[in-house]
Amino acid sequence: MADRLLELDAVTMQFGGISALDDVSIHVDTGEIMGLIGPNGAGKTTVFNVVTGVYHPTAGDVRFDGRSIAGEKRYRITKRGIARTFQNIRLFPEMTALENVMVGVDAHARTSVPGALVRLPFTRNEEKSSRDSAMQLLEFMGIAAQAHNAARNLPYGFQRRLEIARAMATKPKILLLDEPAAGFNPAEKSELGQLIRTIRDRGFTVLLIEHDMSVVVSICDRISVLDFGKHIADGKPAEIRNNQKVIEAYLGVPSDASRDS
Amino acid sequence: MIFPPYVLRIRQSVNDRRRDLSAKWQQLPRRVRTFVMVLLVGYLYLLPIAPPPFVRTPEVGFAGVLADQVVIYVLAALGLNVVVGMAGLLDLGYVGFYAVGAYTTAVLSSGHANWPWLATLPVAIAASMVAGVMLGTPTLRLRGDYLAIVTLGFGEIIRISANNSNYLGGPRGITSIPHPPSIHIPVVDWHLDFGVLDAKPYYWLGLTIIIIVVFLLRRLEQSRVGRAWTAIREDEDAAELMGVPTFKFKLWAFAIGAAIGGLAGSLYASKIGFINPDNFPFLLSILFLSAVVLGGSGNLGGAILGAVVISYGPERIRNFSDKRYFVFGVVLVIVMVFRPQGLLPNRRRAAELAHTADQGAGILGEMTPPATELADG
Repeated sequence: MADRLLELDAVTMQFGGISALDDVSIHVDTGEIMGLIGPNGAGKTTVFNVVTGVYHPTAGDVRFDGRSIAGEKRYRITKRGIARTFQNIRLFPEMTALENVMVGVDAHARTSVPGALVRLPFTRNEEKSSRDSAMQLLEFMGIAAQAHNAARNLPYGFQRRLEIARAMATKPKILLLDEPAAGFNPAEKSELGQLIRTIRDRGFTVLLIEHDMSVVVSICDRISVLDFGKHIADGKPAEIRNNQKVIEAYLGVPSDASRDS
Repeated sequence: MIFPPYVLRIRQSVNDRRRDLSAKWQQLPRRVRTFVMVLLVGYLYLLPIAPPPFVRTPEVGFAGVLADQVVIYVLAALGLNVVVGMAGLLDLGYVGFYAVGAYTTAVLSSGHANWPWLATLPVAIAASMVAGVMLGTPTLRLRGDYLAIVTLGFGEIIRISANNSNYLGGPRGITSIPHPPSIHIPVVDWHLDFGVLDAKPYYWLGLTIIIIVVFLLRRLEQSRVGRAWTAIREDEDAAELMGVPTFKFKLWAFAIGAAIGGLAGSLYASKIGFINPDNFPFLLSILFLSAVVLGGSGNLGGAILGAVVISYGPERIRNFSDKRYFVFGVVLVIVMVFRPQGLLPNRRRAAELAHTADQGAGILGEMTPPATELADG
């Protein structure tokens, strides 16, 4: 069995009486691109929120790199090596593209108030190296020309790329991408697919939420399917495509067939 | 707010001109800029001796106003600007820290010991910093309006406690707080006496402290710390998820703001020589906040300018006698209507505020970040 990087173990997430996630066990192995799909409201983003510490699971455990991270502080989880993007873009709108990425780089910075006040040599070096690595990331994402523009003023597609750059800046082991291709045309989608593969080849593991089956099938090594908070299938893209439960979840089932929830 | 077209046109041209000026300034060689700054600062030291035309204070000494009011307000506004402008936390009880600084100096130098003023200064700064951390630790989990209410309560608690504490002299307060020692420069045979007769030495001392504070705050602003504050102000949830320890940096903002407030309080106590609880009313918190907002939240220069206007303004128009606060209030309202982002806004902060204003929030609306939108879509 491959090395399990991220593992959700029987995670249940309840809001009031509603189970957004119901006994979900999924895992992501080191070095793979795993797709997380499901109809609207299936609980995909809830998985991201549980993993990144936004929600604390009602039951079950989340393990990362062999250690439990359920209930840990959000910024600590990020420091441990999990970074994410957001379904509805959450950049720092008035900061420049470069500064946005630098905030991500700073996740591992040692400078705090005393260091900044005295401006020790190490502080200055850290500032410079964080600027440099932020710039490199912008170049990698192809938006270096926008470095000094406010994030708000970037075209939509660039904002999506900037979010990925900012997440990568925290030096994650696993990158959680929440519908990174939303609103893209087919050409842009396939370009982004290429980019995600390049990111994986650079040593990042990727967990991807995506609606567009063509994107998911073409770039993912493995796919997990959620439906109404339940994990209903797991497998290679070809298997998922022909899985009866998945087809039902996406297309609906005749009314006599019951869904136990 | 709807303005007639000519107002908009004037506003546009003023803004354009300002942008041109600041662009030209940026293009000047560094050495020229430093030189100009040195000249400017040098002139500030000469201000009480050679005030510019029209800048004067009828009926009261100009140097006195500079030392009693302007310097103190500028320091307080700089400190509050860290909390409100940089980190985006609304603090309505800032006078509490100012009082802690003043009372610490008073107690140590006159009330229960007789330390020299200079020795009480670091203790006053430390004490208000501790007060900041003590207030911040439980309350910085709150956001927006709730934080504002709790801080408001804190300011009142400090004042009322002082009023009821025999140790702090109750309503009569503490008297005979010493001045800093006189300085004698033998080469030019020049005496610098801190006292009630001549306010200039206090002004010079205050100005020097302000320069040091600005220098340090700029360092923070241009470092990781400033970046973290901006990120927290713009989207606290996203900042935390990008690895910013938001609580720690908010607490730092509180502590630094408190420390500067305490510094201002200590200076004030030594200048006037006696303090009592009436010196620290809620109104003062509001005036400090007005200075920050009027000048331009998030901008060091703005906070300074706002504080100068708030403190010097009423003195300048003393001819209106007891109607001067009314006149002053009207002027403030007019300024805020036509220039809600402040006189010298931080460009980024102004844009944030304009954005929230579009969404129907008030001037300080950014302090209530949008509700978590991380939920499933």
